Amino acid sequence: MGEYLLPLAGGVTIGVAVSLMLVLNGRVAGVSGILGGVLTNLFRKTRGDSAWRVLFLLGLFSGGLILRALNPDLLENDLDRSLPLLIVAGLLVGYGTSVGGGCTSGHGICGISRFSPRSILATLIFMVFGILTATVFRLITGGQ
Amino acid sequence: MAGVAAFFVGLIFALGLGLGGMTQPRRVVGFLDLFGDWDPSLIFVMFGALAIHIVMYRWIVRRKAPILGDRFHIPTKKTIDGPLILGAVLFGIGWGLAGYCPAPAITSLATFSLAPVVFVASLLAGMALSHWRRNAGTTGS
Repeated sequence: MGEYLLPLAGGVTIGVAVSLMLVLNGRVAGVSGILGGVLTNLFRKTRGDSAWRVLFLLGLFSGGLILRALNPDLLENDLDRSLPLLIVAGLLVGYGTSVGGGCTSGHGICGISRFSPRSILATLIFMVFGILTATVFRLITGGQ
Repeated sequence: MAGVAAFFVGLIFALGLGLGGMTQPRRVVGFLDLFGDWDPSLIFVMFGALAIHIVMYRWIVRRKAPILGDRFHIPTKKTIDGPLILGAVLFGIGWGLAGYCPAPAITSLATFSLAPVVFVASLLAGMALSHWRRNAGTTGS
């Protein structure tokens, strides 16, 4: 049971963050949407509402600095994915979340909490395809 | 003030991700690999976040407006369409390949190591590609 307490505490912390974003700023804390909004403003050559978006992203990064200072293992990536694979994965995540209108936070937490049918379906689909991909990748590479 | 709030929300969000294990791609892939040596612990991250926000969402939207803003910006789209499904499929594949979804990848930039930097740069390129296609009028979303 102990091994589930930290994930639960992490989840509760995320739930608090997402709720604070809504009650303070009236915004959905969907990370791909917040990042995509900055890109949209750049393409339109306007500053628009980029300030709070960039500050949110800087907060995510600063939280990473704190985690690294607390315990570097929390940010450890020992999966050994090749650079081409990381590039393909990044392109898929960027393109997919932009076209699909959300990621794990926007659809998976904020949308499901609203009982949005779009978000419930999107989350089911990306979970199923994540599971298929991770499983097939292990079978093909014979490793992790 | 809304900017300061957004910064601290991002910071708390990142601490939750790190505490929960979402910033360790091996654990994410271990969670998604149901048929291997399955590590179910990350489902509790989702349970924890949903338990809080399902309740808080309903309580918060009873307000007329957020504390630092003039109105709530909440998605109202209801239709299930092709882009939603295609996007979720592609995102799921990318997530299963690298073990990063957008928020943990941005948080992991704090390590200044190659994997998250390459992943986030490619993620931005993928988003830019979708914006470009949309502006070119090839997709209807």
